[in-house]
Amino acid sequence: MSEPIDYRKILDCKFARVQSVFDDCLAYALRRLSAAGVLAYVEGARDIGKMGRGEEPVLMFLEAMPRLARRVGEDIIPRIVEFTRQLGRTPNAKAIAPFLQSLEAAARALESREMVEEYLQLVWQTMQRTTPRVHGIDSMYASECLPEFLSSVPRLLAQLSLAGLKNWVDYGVKAYPNNPDRQRDYFLLQSADSRAVLQRERHGTLFADHERKLDLYLRGLWRSESVLLPYSLVFDELRKPVPYLDENGIHLPDVYDDTQNGVRGIDRYRALLAHLMAHQRWTQPLMADNFSPFQRISIETFEDARVEWLALREFPGLRRLWCALHPHPREIEYQEGISYIRHRLAMLSRALLDPEHGYANPAILKYAAQFNQLMATGNATTRDMADLGVQFISETRLRSDSSAEVYFDDTEVDYRDDNRLMWRFFEDGDEEVYETRPQKRQDDAGKEDEGLPPRLYPEWDYGTQNYRPDWVSVYEHLHPQGNAAYIEELLRKHSGLAKQLKRIIDLLKPQQKVRIRYQEEGAELDLDVAVRSLIDFRSGAQPDPRINMSHKHDGRSIAVSLLLDLSASLNDVPAGAEQSKLELSREAVSLLGWAMEQMGDAFAIGGFHSDTRHEVRYLHLKGYQEHWGQEVMGRLAAMEAGYSTRMGAAIRHAGEHLSHQQADKKLLLVLTDGEPADIDVGDERLLIDDARMAVREMEQFGIYTYCINLDSGADAYVADIFGHHYTVIDNVQRLPERLPQLFMALTH
Amino acid sequence: MTTHMDISQYRISQEQFYQAQGNEVALYEAAYAARLPVMLKGPTGCGKSRFVEHMAWKLGKPLITVACNEDMTASDLVGRYLLDANGTHWIDGPLTIAARHGAICYLDEIVEARQDTTVVIHPLTDYRRTLPLDKKGELVQAHPDFQLVISYNPGYQSLMKDLKQSTKQRFAAMEFGYAPAEIEAGIVARETGIEAPLAQSLVKVGLAARNLKGHGLDEGISTRLLVYAATLIKGGIPPRDACRMAMVRPITDDADIRDTLDNAIDSVFA
Repeated sequence: MSEPIDYRKILDCKFARVQSVFDDCLAYALRRLSAAGVLAYVEGARDIGKMGRGEEPVLMFLEAMPRLARRVGEDIIPRIVEFTRQLGRTPNAKAIAPFLQSLEAAARALESREMVEEYLQLVWQTMQRTTPRVHGIDSMYASECLPEFLSSVPRLLAQLSLAGLKNWVDYGVKAYPNNPDRQRDYFLLQSADSRAVLQRERHGTLFADHERKLDLYLRGLWRSESVLLPYSLVFDELRKPVPYLDENGIHLPDVYDDTQNGVRGIDRYRALLAHLMAHQRWTQPLMADNFSPFQRISIETFEDARVEWLALREFPGLRRLWCALHPHPREIEYQEGISYIRHRLAMLSRALLDPEHGYANPAILKYAAQFNQLMATGNATTRDMADLGVQFISETRLRSDSSAEVYFDDTEVDYRDDNRLMWRFFEDGDEEVYETRPQKRQDDAGKEDEGLPPRLYPEWDYGTQNYRPDWVSVYEHLHPQGNAAYIEELLRKHSGLAKQLKRIIDLLKPQQKVRIRYQEEGAELDLDVAVRSLIDFRSGAQPDPRINMSHKHDGRSIAVSLLLDLSASLNDVPAGAEQSKLELSREAVSLLGWAMEQMGDAFAIGGFHSDTRHEVRYLHLKGYQEHWGQEVMGRLAAMEAGYSTRMGAAIRHAGEHLSHQQADKKLLLVLTDGEPADIDVGDERLLIDDARMAVREMEQFGIYTYCINLDSGADAYVADIFGHHYTVIDNVQRLPERLPQLFMALTH
Repeated sequence: MTTHMDISQYRISQEQFYQAQGNEVALYEAAYAARLPVMLKGPTGCGKSRFVEHMAWKLGKPLITVACNEDMTASDLVGRYLLDANGTHWIDGPLTIAARHGAICYLDEIVEARQDTTVVIHPLTDYRRTLPLDKKGELVQAHPDFQLVISYNPGYQSLMKDLKQSTKQRFAAMEFGYAPAEIEAGIVARETGIEAPLAQSLVKVGLAARNLKGHGLDEGISTRLLVYAATLIKGGIPPRDACRMAMVRPITDDADIRDTLDNAIDSVFA
């Protein structure tokens, strides 16, 4: 045998902290890696130490590598060293330590050599894509957000698959190409967008996708209409919130992953709901002040078991599910100085739930038997559980129970709640009550908007081919009132046109008749059938006596929403005209509104303009149920133009209202004078593409969208958005005449 | 002219099992004694038709059942002239047969028939107890034993499918519902011969579905479907498969509801 290798000599590293941990790390590596692997490991550490980046990278390398190598193969070690070296050759040396640190998390989340390789590629690409370029040369500057990204990786990988991580990065890279500060926030997981995208890419069973199923479950199996209130697990690192039940409803996590032993996320939700419902049905609250904390958790264990026992009587199938989720702690030797109280209670809980628990502990067996005996009498109450709990805790008490170090392994029953509804406290109300009414600042009071809270809509990003979730805020306001007489005056001015329209309307009024054939009694003879019957009669077969037909009117069922672009450009006076586009639109809309009232169709008018994505205003001019009258005319008279055109959000909002209308045909008319644009968007294609997506979404709702465009240069984009469903009105002066005609033609 | 009619074929020879939930048997007997027309209301598959059969057997009267549908005309009920080699001859419809021979005429799911069809029953359902046959020029006086019973499911009441007030107000009505859980389990066990605990489990699944009525289900799982499931189980199918096949798949195409009910089945059968 050769003599033992002096690894410390190979390491050749004088950093004090490295020296102090090296022996432990080496011992760990020797246990897990082959001799060649350990050699590569130590040599790798040496190379990283010689890169001149201080002790930090070496420490992280020593820490993370054995586990990673063990998991995906030892040939990963030289690859990581090489990658680190490559990273050191770019201006991104600052990222080396975070990179090596992220490997710890990667070792946990990534399962194969290929996945680690993909991860390395992702890091490299992220670096390249977030490096600022000056005149196409990019090797001079450090990436703006690589260290930030790497520092978020542990959190991200805990929740995302590698593909999800890629999407998340992709979004961050593309969303903020010219805004490094925002990008940094994104990669640090500090911006709302970044959290929203993270939520969307999550693995596991999202509550949002299954809310209806869970509602149905509550209703069907438990006859409960409790409200389900999800909370997020993402941002509480230290203390994971536990599900609970209170007077507001059921609070539960927004996502559940499938468990190791194959319980699906949706079933975990159901297990949780079943447990909570059992509590709601059978638990009577107890005074908490009479019990010590240990007694309380013991009582809770018995009470959990009691309500589950009762639930199992109704739904025996739940036992399989609960047993699969309940930990099955092994019986272990208790050591001095560690509190095993949780372990003992988890064992007890298992024994109470699962008759095949297999424990030999006499106390557990005794209490399981007592519990079952008590339950079998059929009238055990929460009080009885309190007695059992107190007895159990005093009988099994150990000196070590109050030690600070608590044994936690395998003791958490995660489908159970925190039992807060079970306890009542005396202290409530003893404490001083503070007035929680916030003092409204004087200067804010005037600014307070009295409108509805904003509706959030997504926006389509053609770059990532994906929606930006909750991106645009739409505020709906009632349009201020103006002088209604003005509109009446306008209508009088167009009285000739109005007369013409009236004639068309009379022709259009519902009068299509539908023929109902095969009537034994009807308005007139259906000749075809009558002849056939006669032939039957002559040939000796039984004739069909239903030889008449009658008619019925076919009703017209249509709902229309007219969406007016009220952006600043409406104030322009087109060449060769005397009125601004706004005034012409007003005339046109007045005529159309009047005509619609004659037709009797459900008809709404709304205007929109936008001032960045945070404030898209939807101005309500006329609702579906409102009649064409003074109020509506007043609003029309007060119409003003300003700001920009964020069309997609406005279409989604108007479509949302329209989709709730009861009508066979739904028509969304968009009257605009230019392409979608907003001051916070530099890329003009973005909003055009978003509007196109919005139109497609409308199609899915069964809404037919049609655009009337006043921009003679509109051909460049309008077909992209609306397909063939548009008209460009070149001679804007004729708008008042054309708009109602167009509408009639569309709805005829 | 009337062809010879053998009314005995409509007699019910065997007792049909019916589990009374209340005093409905006595109520029906009282209505029959006065020859009042009776309307049976209730969700599908809760035992309306079974009840009529049981009562017909109990009273020893023939029972003529007509399943109503949209294409049914008045002459399908009353009768019509048919052609044969010698010319035409009249043939009685089911309602006329019942009126002539003194049977109980049961019009099942009357709302399915068009309103202009249902009015032909009017003269039979008031003090007149006559049935005019316009085409034949005959006025049939109802046999003293004749009684009219209709069934009507208010569950899928829509604006289009409802009875006219003038029709409704000619009947004494009895409301049926699904039996309480223990009784329903008893019915399922009795009908199919399965064990009582198994029947109780089936009823639990049925209750889960009935709780969802109005939340994506138009109608809960009926007693009839419970009996189907029990029959399948009796034939050797594992209970879960039988429930899925006989109770869940027929009533819904909604994936969420199907999933919830499947889960209910898993919860109920350990």
